[in-house]
Amino acid sequence: MNWVGQSIERVEDAALLTGRGRYIDDLAAPPGCLHAAVLRSPHPHAAIRAIDVSAARAAKGVAAVITADDVTQFGAPLLAGVKANIRCWPIAVERVRYVGEPVAVVIAADRYLAEDALELIAVDYAPLPITLRPADALKPDSAVLHEGLGSNIASDRSFRYGDPAGAFARAAHRVSVKVDYPRNSCTPIETYGLIADYDPGEDAYDMLATFQGPFSIHAVLARALKVPGNRLRLRTPPDSGGSFGVKQGIFPYIALMGIAARVAGRPVKWIEDRLEHLAASVSATNRMITLEAAVEADGRITALAWDQVEDVGAHIRAPEPATLYRMHGNLTGAYDIANVSVRNRVVMTNKTPTGLNRGFGGPQVYYALERMMQRIAVELQLDPLNVIRRNLVPSGVFPFRTATGGLLDSGDYPAAVQQAIDEGGLAELRARQQQARAEGRLYGVGMTAVVEPSVSNMGYITTVLTPAERRKAGPKNGAQATATISLDPGGAVTVHVSSVPQGQGHRTVVAQIVADAFGLRPSDIRVITEMDTARDAWSIASGNYASRFAPAVGGAVQLACERIREKLARAAAAQLNVPADEIEFAASRVRARGNPDNALPFARLAATAHWAPGTLADDDQALRETVFWTPPQLTAPTEEDGINSSLCHGFIFDFCGLEVDRITGAVRIDKYVTMHDCGRVLHPGMVAGQVAGGFAQALGAALYEAYVYADDGSFISGTLADYLMPTSAEVPAPLILHFESPSPFTPLGAKGVGEGNCMSTPVCIANAVADALGVKELDLPLTPAKLAALVHAA
Amino acid sequence: MKPAPFDYVRAESLAEAHDVLAAEGGDAAVIAGGQSLVPLLSMRMARPKVLIDIMHIAELDGIAMDNNTIRVSARVRQAELLAWPDLAVRQPLLAQAMPWIGHWQTRSRGTVCGSIALADPSAELPLCLLALGGEVTLSSKQGRRSVEAGDFFTGLMSTARRDDELIEQVSFPCRRPGEGFAFREFARRHGDFAIVACAAVATEKSVQLAVSGVADRPVVRDFDDASDAALAAFASELDTRDDLHATAEYRRMLVRELGRQTIEEARRCRA
Amino acid sequence: MPRLSPDARHTVRVTVNGRALEGEAEPRMLLTDFLRHKLGLTGTHVGCEHGVCGACTIQIDGAPARACLTLAVQADGADIRTVEGLAPEPGRLSILQEAFRRHHALQCGFCTAGILMSLNWYLARTPDPSEVELREFLSGHICRCTGYVPIVAAALDAAQRLRETGEQR
Repeated sequence: MNWVGQSIERVEDAALLTGRGRYIDDLAAPPGCLHAAVLRSPHPHAAIRAIDVSAARAAKGVAAVITADDVTQFGAPLLAGVKANIRCWPIAVERVRYVGEPVAVVIAADRYLAEDALELIAVDYAPLPITLRPADALKPDSAVLHEGLGSNIASDRSFRYGDPAGAFARAAHRVSVKVDYPRNSCTPIETYGLIADYDPGEDAYDMLATFQGPFSIHAVLARALKVPGNRLRLRTPPDSGGSFGVKQGIFPYIALMGIAARVAGRPVKWIEDRLEHLAASVSATNRMITLEAAVEADGRITALAWDQVEDVGAHIRAPEPATLYRMHGNLTGAYDIANVSVRNRVVMTNKTPTGLNRGFGGPQVYYALERMMQRIAVELQLDPLNVIRRNLVPSGVFPFRTATGGLLDSGDYPAAVQQAIDEGGLAELRARQQQARAEGRLYGVGMTAVVEPSVSNMGYITTVLTPAERRKAGPKNGAQATATISLDPGGAVTVHVSSVPQGQGHRTVVAQIVADAFGLRPSDIRVITEMDTARDAWSIASGNYASRFAPAVGGAVQLACERIREKLARAAAAQLNVPADEIEFAASRVRARGNPDNALPFARLAATAHWAPGTLADDDQALRETVFWTPPQLTAPTEEDGINSSLCHGFIFDFCGLEVDRITGAVRIDKYVTMHDCGRVLHPGMVAGQVAGGFAQALGAALYEAYVYADDGSFISGTLADYLMPTSAEVPAPLILHFESPSPFTPLGAKGVGEGNCMSTPVCIANAVADALGVKELDLPLTPAKLAALVHAA
Repeated sequence: MKPAPFDYVRAESLAEAHDVLAAEGGDAAVIAGGQSLVPLLSMRMARPKVLIDIMHIAELDGIAMDNNTIRVSARVRQAELLAWPDLAVRQPLLAQAMPWIGHWQTRSRGTVCGSIALADPSAELPLCLLALGGEVTLSSKQGRRSVEAGDFFTGLMSTARRDDELIEQVSFPCRRPGEGFAFREFARRHGDFAIVACAAVATEKSVQLAVSGVADRPVVRDFDDASDAALAAFASELDTRDDLHATAEYRRMLVRELGRQTIEEARRCRA
Repeated sequence: MPRLSPDARHTVRVTVNGRALEGEAEPRMLLTDFLRHKLGLTGTHVGCEHGVCGACTIQIDGAPARACLTLAVQADGADIRTVEGLAPEPGRLSILQEAFRRHHALQCGFCTAGILMSLNWYLARTPDPSEVELREFLSGHICRCTGYVPIVAAALDAAQRLRETGEQR
């Protein structure tokens, strides 16, 4: 019996349930540690004429006040993923460009005193005109945020795949949608936090931070702190209070607080508060999209034309503009569409810079694409299910190369859709809709099909560069996953992975994989996931993002197990007098297949390389194995800009029935069905948790959550009474279904599953609302006031 | 997000609290449950020099019935009144409305009088006090006075309480024979402040409809004729504006629709 | 009448999980900071410091309450229960905690302590709640990981087992 595939209890939980978690703010601060508070800009755009920190420096308990002068003296700008003449610092230099931008940092004996001193800093601002919306940023006369850029357009690239112009010319119909996708965030309940230290003797930084990766950012930070990478030790705490991508965005504060610790000459602790988090941590991108489709009379799409204007806020924070390019290989979604044109622009506005957020580009892309599918059905008077089916990538063609270069690894989309409508009861939902409508109620059914990419190709972001620029910069591609397995003198197994879990139970799943490989129990395996760039095996791809754990890290663990198992098998073969390929690992023993009595305890064999290395051949010493694994399918962008942006592609088909209250405009979800093909399921309970959790966040994005800026650039979603995350009273339980097509590209056959509902659910709900109300244009969030206005206008 | 410094006084008698209020006036703030005040302190939106904790003043304890009135003293937490066994019989409107205040975890500490003192324009208790025609008992070194609900709420989070006064108790009239009550609320999420809340008290002759969440304070109107036209006129007169959660137009629409439902239900309950 | 000045620290005495403890606090110190940084009880988490997320929920004088909406000086003399007091003994979990583990009702675990403290109180006084009642009660907490489905399942399961065993806590 395998442990993988079972919903075993998590090894993480006993500590977390008893208050023994070790989150950043629970850890003992180093001796002499001081506390930071950040003064933030109240203006969306202003020149800083002068800052007077003298009173703050003299205040009780204050050790130092850090301003741009310190940061420009000891640091360098933060690099971004585009070639643009922009200098982005972790603190406002000469100018503030968004409400909440750091302006000064007070370092004091405690947080209370630090906040007291913030009030004593006098900043003389000269307000400047603002550019707030992406449409404004495109205008030639918009207020320019970065003078070096000369405009607010940081990147403008066009792509053509196949013959989109010809397909549009020949098409029976053109259908288009316009989307103004709002800002939101998955807002973990634990905010950012870090402890910074600087050793002047070695010119080295030691940063313990709630950072989640990708560790490509380590290179950005080392450069920003002007030290070689080996003098920036970046560590993570044992437990994380959630991230969903968001804690990637702590990295500018790692640079800022590193410099603060250097100036203060003491370790510095900073725990972000909720108001700081909402206003100024990070946001998903808002995006203005026009999508057009060339459509045959039967609903078959022959071409897509994308025009995307991505608003990354006031600075381009690495890895942005990655949100815009992560979906590039799957811009055709779950459909077989041969001709695609794309225009991608990246614009800068006076809002908080953007960064990783669960779904990362998927919510925006699929909102446009799947609204399009619904519009095709409406405009051509077809059943939306048939429009989807007519365009799905057919059965039996995998691996399937998409027009834009993606390589869909496995699946059977039509079969998964059929299973979903059978098991999910679409016919019954349609009957309920008919009855509700007969009673005069506003009931809609929505559906959506999505491919969920996972395991990012670290080279996809270079698609933003022209082929000539890429040639000059050298190829970027792949994604190194790592796993290290150690055997101790007692034969016990310890595993380290650089997956930086943020609550997803990685330690449990790794224990399952290793237990299966060695014939042990998961409780025999100890898994360490704290990360320390000075000691652990890692690569730029390490970290917790792009749903890479199960397919990539789980795969690397499997490969490391196999490598150790081969060595142990050879050692056992010698002792048990059987060929190595007849050795099996089971029941905590290593034994001859077919003769279980001819066996050794696993622990004794595993300890051999410690106690009796002389009995082993050089190749059979099994003490510690580190595996680096990068899948060969993750190649660099081609000369034609084709990019396989992700290794794995799960498939999702969702449908739902909902009712819009005629008076209040409130949405009541009647039933939500979500079908997932995420390849091999390693832990069903955790997969269900990822789906249900992503669904709840997506429901929030669909109905409740938005980071809203008033026209004057002020931020008005600044508390949790304004930024509304759904609670248990608002989130229904979705019906979760599975269809299993193992990935041929990953060692365990697993694909990512954590982000899919953040991509599929917002637009599925919107499609149902559009169906209920008979409206064409619909932007999120679908608030009661917005929907009531549509109902009453009809 | 940490409070600015302040003195803290744990008053053990009403006289002590009055003394500090008389000496400090507007620089003092009374804290009871603290469920609204503490976050205001943490955001430094409230910056008292002195905080007077009144939760140890024995005189301010208890729920009392007298003269067909429920008298709720300043120390009484919302959960305590909600759990008062006589509540549903004595004043059904409170029993209906109070579960809508925040959450269990805040009603356990938040006080009834504290909510009245804060006078949030979308809160439930000021709405009920106004709909029922209750009154507020204020006291200071100068003495004691009662203010009717209609005169107590004077604007956005502002009341007739003078700086040297504290609320000793609030009084809610008990249900009288022939009265019917109803409460309706629409909020974005369960437990959120109301977008619109309506409380209605129906008698043989007329209906009092009070609404909150709309204007800068709760507003009450006596309806002889609860026609759509009368409700529409009422809604259009309300001084409301757009905010993050709803438009003014939406709130007026809810006043008409929820208002009508609330009035109808109050009338049905009378029967 | 004690008047505590802002700069001085004052001794705050509380009973936490049955043990008498004391620590120094300025008047402005929040109970969350007092529990975590003065008494070392870091199981109570801080999520928003304005009373919405519910992560810091503890029991004060026998009722669930937000530690972040309480000053430490207000709690002087109070009887407090925190997540550290839920398990019957080290290495063993309570029925409620076990149900959470069995149902995967936590992922990152940051909101969990608050939810446990609320449910521990609620299930003692509402032994047989409906799912609707539970969902309404739990709406004072925000969980960003689980989508609430397993939390509700764990609470219903724990309620049933508590009824069967008669165990209170």
